[in-house]
Amino acid sequence: MAALAVVAAAFILLPLAAVVARVDWPNFLPLVTSDASLTALGLSLRTAAASTVVCILLGVPLALVLARGEFPGQRLLRSFVLLPLVLPPVVGGIALLYTFGRQGLLGRGLEVAGIQIAFSTTAVVLAQTFVALPFLVVSLEGALRAGGQRYEAVAATLGARPGTVLRRVTLPLVLPGLASGAVLSFARSLGEFGATLTFAGSLQGITRTLPLEIYLQRETDADAAVALSLLLVAVAVIVVGVSYRGPGTPSAAPSRTPNAEPAEATR
Amino acid sequence: MTFTLDAVVADRGLDVSLTLGVGETVAILGPNGAGKSTLLSVIAGLVRPDAGTAALDGRPLFHLDGGRTVWTPPHRRGTALLAQEALLFPHLTALDNVAFGPRSAGAGRAAARDAAARWLAEVEATDLAGRRPGELSGGQAQRVAVARALAADPGLLLLDEPMAALDVHAAPLLRRLLKRVLTGRRAIIVTHDVLDAYMLADTVVVLEAGRIVEQGPTREVLTRPRSRFAAGLAGLNLIPGTVTAAGLLPDQAGEGPGGSGAQSSPVTELAGRHEDTPIPGQAGVAAFPPSAVSVFPDQPHGSPRNAFAVTVTDLEPHGDQIRVRAGDLAADITPAASADLSLAPGVRAYFVVKAAAVAIYPA
Repeated sequence: MAALAVVAAAFILLPLAAVVARVDWPNFLPLVTSDASLTALGLSLRTAAASTVVCILLGVPLALVLARGEFPGQRLLRSFVLLPLVLPPVVGGIALLYTFGRQGLLGRGLEVAGIQIAFSTTAVVLAQTFVALPFLVVSLEGALRAGGQRYEAVAATLGARPGTVLRRVTLPLVLPGLASGAVLSFARSLGEFGATLTFAGSLQGITRTLPLEIYLQRETDADAAVALSLLLVAVAVIVVGVSYRGPGTPSAAPSRTPNAEPAEATR
Repeated sequence: MTFTLDAVVADRGLDVSLTLGVGETVAILGPNGAGKSTLLSVIAGLVRPDAGTAALDGRPLFHLDGGRTVWTPPHRRGTALLAQEALLFPHLTALDNVAFGPRSAGAGRAAARDAAARWLAEVEATDLAGRRPGELSGGQAQRVAVARALAADPGLLLLDEPMAALDVHAAPLLRRLLKRVLTGRRAIIVTHDVLDAYMLADTVVVLEAGRIVEQGPTREVLTRPRSRFAAGLAGLNLIPGTVTAAGLLPDQAGEGPGGSGAQSSPVTELAGRHEDTPIPGQAGVAAFPPSAVSVFPDQPHGSPRNAFAVTVTDLEPHGDQIRVRAGDLAADITPAASADLSLAPGVRAYFVVKAAAVAIYPA
């Protein structure tokens, strides 16, 4: 049992150590601050931030509807929302291409209106949003389900309109869940590769994000690829540290009976 | 200016009619699952009944009996709900929790906080104003919750077992507080505790299996209970039957006192004192306290006494006495007497009560 657990832990840690061991430390800074690297990094941060914002704008209403609403097809909708989690990203990219591409379902109309999405920075943001949205919805829906209905009911009997309840009770209660969902979405967006390559291509400064840059560099300059990889590993470690506080620590959901245990005057 | 309610919730078997005057506090008593909390949810607008109509001071809360359907959402009812748990919003201070109602009613931040501070003073919790709910004990949190409910200025205050989650020290404090703030205020309090009914309520409603089985002024219901549940609450033995000139003829066994194994002798007339002029043939009940019951190993003879052949089902401490239970009947005797009689579950004995201790009144 313990031996297998060690194997499992090693299976995850060893490759990370391998990357660290392979880094060309004397040239690390020049490698990660090259023009191409900085451009890719900047684009990655900008697009990931943009897609996180879109995820919040679209994901909050969706999570609210899934957690609080009651309508036919709710279970089906929830399953479909989770689909991008298990779908190969390249398939997502193809699906987006046939939706927003020049010959796509909506793309044709957009083309007439003079808007072209495929192979633009907008396409990068759309691809990232597509794969990252489920992270936000799942995390927020969990927080919404974990508690809150009873607080909402009390707020309503105290005279709060539904909008007031949402603003002053529901959202503050799920703020930790929303924050961790947003961090996860940001991380997923930052690492997005398959859907971006398929739907947005790899144009330097426009659609070539850091993962694409790493893949490209690997062919010509392995040292640069390793250095940039380490950069993404560092970002991932930070994200995990921020969003996952582990069991036992107060996190996303408010405790079910926050007032039940006597917390005798602490100050 | 009254509160009237008529509601049916089919899937929970609730069918209740209720009227409250101005400033009247009613206690809803009843066993678990009787529908007490459902009733409060219906009034608060959290559960939609299948049929019925309700109005508070002339404003309709709902009207679902044909004609134009009316459904007032919870936030426009003026029926603040105080539950077992305080449910203070964990992200707001005690002061801002209390200010929530006034803020929702449209008051400005400063005015709402002023009102909140006044209500916190009213519940003697001024020193808790800046605390977060996580830093409050159960009793403190419930006091703040009382202030929060009152600050919303409800036309009808709903209390769902507000003392149930508190420890033995915090409950009496809150009960005294509620007695003070509920005086002259219209409220419905669901409770398990007869003390709550005595101290807080003008009238009592006993709910069993979704129906009102008994209601009336608190003292009257608890001293002269007509339902077994109210009798149990009041700590009285209760035997339903038919009023006779000299006493009461108990209903046939099976449902009779003592439950299984009791009443082995044929049903005989109970001697007692009539509270009202007896009208023979009328349905009535005989009530007597367990302290008036003596226990004998054999059937006693002589004097105007009532004897019930029973099988002991349970013994439990009751103050410095032993409460001997035999089905629905109970007797309080000294531990010494209990030992003398070698009482134990399954032992057959006679419960004897003097006629003078038995109150008989129409049900």
